Amino acid sequence: MLCQRCGEKEATVHLKKIINNEKNEIYLCEECARETGHLDLKNNPFSIQNLLADIFNPNVESVSSNRKNLKCDNCGMSYHQFKEEGLFGCSECYDQFSEQIDRLAKRIHGSDNHIGKVPKRRGNKLRTEKKINYLKTEMEKAIEKEDFEKAAELRDKIHELEDEVRGD
Amino acid sequence: MNKKNYNLSKWITGKGPKSDIVISSRIRLARNIEKIPFTHQSNSKQLEEVIKKVNNTLAKNNNKFSKDNEFNLEYIDMNKLSKIEKNILVEKHLISPPHAKSEHKRGLIINEDQDISIMVNEEDHLRIQILKPGLQLNECWKRADTVDDFFENEIDFAFSKKWGYLSSCPTNMGTGLRSSIMVHLPALNITNNIEKMLGAVSQLGLAVRGLYGEGSESAGNVYQISNQITLGQTEKDIINNLESVTMQILEQENRARKRLLEENEDFILDKIKRAYGTLKYAHMINNNEALELLSYLKLGIDLEIIDNIEADLLSKLMILIRPYHLKNFFDEEISSDYQAVKRALLIQNYINKKEE
Repeated sequence: MLCQRCGEKEATVHLKKIINNEKNEIYLCEECARETGHLDLKNNPFSIQNLLADIFNPNVESVSSNRKNLKCDNCGMSYHQFKEEGLFGCSECYDQFSEQIDRLAKRIHGSDNHIGKVPKRRGNKLRTEKKINYLKTEMEKAIEKEDFEKAAELRDKIHELEDEVRGD
Repeated sequence: MNKKNYNLSKWITGKGPKSDIVISSRIRLARNIEKIPFTHQSNSKQLEEVIKKVNNTLAKNNNKFSKDNEFNLEYIDMNKLSKIEKNILVEKHLISPPHAKSEHKRGLIINEDQDISIMVNEEDHLRIQILKPGLQLNECWKRADTVDDFFENEIDFAFSKKWGYLSSCPTNMGTGLRSSIMVHLPALNITNNIEKMLGAVSQLGLAVRGLYGEGSESAGNVYQISNQITLGQTEKDIINNLESVTMQILEQENRARKRLLEENEDFILDKIKRAYGTLKYAHMINNNEALELLSYLKLGIDLEIIDNIEADLLSKLMILIRPYHLKNFFDEEISSDYQAVKRALLIQNYINKKEE
């Protein structure tokens, strides 16, 4: 779980406050907890909103109100909710919040691009799909040029690859 | 749960390279199934779907994935385990404390050697973990890679070309890889160099934490060092980085041990022999004290000051003296006061047996 304040470090401090029967939970990294005085039990006034306000976007208020409405189509998680909980709802959230994730990834990992392992079986499929798309544009080009012989050749190849993908 | 799951895992009983200082190596991969919401966002039906997919893979592929890779993986329904069974698994590092505590539908897959343990429906749908004794990060990675392929052969994992493996928490995205080593660094601690060294390590993008202490304190001079960055580096880079830092720590610890013997021989001999005496004759001993004394005794064995006890004493006993292992060993409920008595008894049994 990510720290709810800096959004960068692992949250190691979990605070649970119950005031007038209202429960508040907050997850912070040690540094933020110290800075905000949450490790100091005597001096403890806080509001989640204040802490979270500047996590992902310190200075653009108007944009952040748009972000509040951002919601994942697949699992229904809102960006606001993600900010509070520090966990994505599903794999589709990555697509839906991609713009924000770029910045977040750079802050956490110093990079926004995966260069590690690619799934073995699916990786082949991904590569094949990429090839199919490429061949399709080539085929369209051939048709435009009225080179139907080449287009037919490409069409057969595409069918072959499409069968391969389905066969997986 | 099958009784054999109570046995100590191979990572605890086996020997590995550099095991005078490196207790164990661990690789963990976070994997999720495409489209199904991550565990915390899934309903029971979706969680069951994950479990079903995983079990289908086991049924279909177990034992015949490839000639060289017979895993013999066994699925355990976490919801059917008793409290003591779950906590034994935690104490052996096969599952996380939250995985023992939560109540949603979840499971665990292990093999007989218990070098493979896969949490199903923890923070991510699959948390593949490989544990080996000593410094064996590359061996762990190779095995994790194969286990990963084994599941990916049947299951569509959430993956994007840009972001890599998609994980519930953004701190795991990309490779989903957490590599870590557990090291025993008594000499760096005694010579007051530990803070400096650990500070330097954390500047290299690695996280350090003390292990086994009660509360936040670390005890027994055992530390865990792991990578923080999971995106923008290859698995090999991440592992090589941790391994090279580990080699430097090893060198520093060895240097500190040598210096201790050269400059403060009486002091360190006294510490080691007192630890030995206390462990052998104490009537009651609490967890932190036991860990501290075992750490000195282990140092004594490594320095060949004590030669009638085997070197795997620390890695075995630090697990066996934990509360649920104690309960299980004596096969009875033990009140916390009485635990200290039983702990002392268990340690003495162990030492006396080794001395014979």
